[in-house]
Amino acid sequence: METTLAPSKEKKELIRRIERSSGTEISRCYQCGKCSAGCPASSGMDYTPRQVIRLLQLEMVDEALRAGSIWLCATCEICTTRCPRGVDVASLMDALRREAWRRGMITDRRVAVFNDVFLKSVARFGRVFEAGLLLEYNLKTGQLFKDTELGLPMLQRGKMHPLPTIIRGHNAVRQICDRVQRMEAEERCE
Amino acid sequence: MRIAYYPGCSLETSAAEYGLSVAKTAQILGIELQELPDWSCCGATSAHSTSRLLSIALPARNLALAEQEGLDLLAPCAACYNRFRATERRLRRDAGLLRQVAEAIGMEYTATSRTVSVLELLAGSVGLEAIASKVRRPLEGLRPACYYGCYLVRPGEYTGFDDPEYPQSMERIMQALGAEPVAWSHQTECCGASLATTRPEVGLKMAGEILTSAEERGADSIVTACPLCHMNLDMRRGQVQKLLGVNITLPVYYITQLVAVACGETPESVGIDRHFVEAAGRIAMLPAGDGSTAG
Ligand code: SF4
Ligand code: SF4
Repeated sequence: METTLAPSKEKKELIRRIERSSGTEISRCYQCGKCSAGCPASSGMDYTPRQVIRLLQLEMVDEALRAGSIWLCATCEICTTRCPRGVDVASLMDALRREAWRRGMITDRRVAVFNDVFLKSVARFGRVFEAGLLLEYNLKTGQLFKDTELGLPMLQRGKMHPLPTIIRGHNAVRQICDRVQRMEAEERCE
Repeated sequence: MRIAYYPGCSLETSAAEYGLSVAKTAQILGIELQELPDWSCCGATSAHSTSRLLSIALPARNLALAEQEGLDLLAPCAACYNRFRATERRLRRDAGLLRQVAEAIGMEYTATSRTVSVLELLAGSVGLEAIASKVRRPLEGLRPACYYGCYLVRPGEYTGFDDPEYPQSMERIMQALGAEPVAWSHQTECCGASLATTRPEVGLKMAGEILTSAEERGADSIVTACPLCHMNLDMRRGQVQKLLGVNITLPVYYITQLVAVACGETPESVGIDRHFVEAAGRIAMLPAGDGSTAG
């Protein structure tokens, strides 16, 4: 019996953590499905937004963290805007993504790699270096020629710079990233 | 009027013509843009998908800079605008988080900054009458579909200046310029955002639905105030057409490009010739206007 109780306690704690991080309560959801009906990405999802919440209500938190949906969510906020129970579904999807990232439970590498490369670019230069970002993203996801047909026309139209802009405060931005990481490691924030 | 200005990363690169046209529009309307010294990236979706504290700290560094200037902050990029508004709202209500953020950014910040979008600036602070009084070449006969996307209007608690489901500020601005915006269903649908990069089979379909809907409603163009929406509807048009097997020639304008053109600026001066989908032709078809400030 104990072996089944212990994980359940752990799961409850994890679900509470996700609720705190998202600032929303999953028990408020009465499963009407309005969020899923308006979700522009639901057609490509394994679990609709309503189903993701149901998984959490049933304490199937592993399944929720492994849902491909959390990586397909575009944070368009339609679900949150329309929920009749005031559930912040978009924020919940966001919190699940962060938790999955933290635990290395990444169902969709492409999105996770994009986020990682993006933030590294910001930490390094203070601003996003678009050309470098796309190149690195392609390399890391093994899609060498993805979007390359856009590169030359962008350069010709002055819509892409071959070199990064490095702001004077790039060290300040790097320090912000480092301090946040430290504060998170010390679990002083969620 | 003086306002602090945060261009954001994309207005310097992929949305260069948005940056150009915001500057022109400000000049026409007598607004002095004071660019934030040494601004940094807002962190966008990648930050809030990865770390809650980082997603607030990266905007907060810029908001702290704006607070020092003591001016409202203009953020033309809808995504930056949304992150800034979310940060301001959260930090106003959570003193504990505000302390953590101040520690993370190593700067003083009291959450008194106020970020505004281009729509708020035009329809609110400047006002429709003031805009109409500057029009030299009315956009007569232009039938744009006003496209807001997500970040300008949602969530309503952060943005709050227009209705999240049925916004009208962009339509009113277009009318002040002499255009006849169409009524359509996809005003606030999502363009697919970065899914067009990471999951094109889903993201490009979303962009395609917006284009199809605008065309079906008889629009002859689309207007946007978001670099990400513009990228997906304009720069990725070829990819959308290939995936969906459609051929849609609607040009996509930034709202500030149309303000500038209606006030007598040339299309080239605001980068209308730099789009991927041909956009200068529809402007050339407009009646000549009084030409008093043209060229
Ligand atoms: S709209 Fe709200 S109440 Fe309805 S299923 Fe979605 S989260 Fe639950
Ligand atoms: S925020 Fe995410 S889950 Fe909610 S409607 Fe948009 S894409 Fe769907």
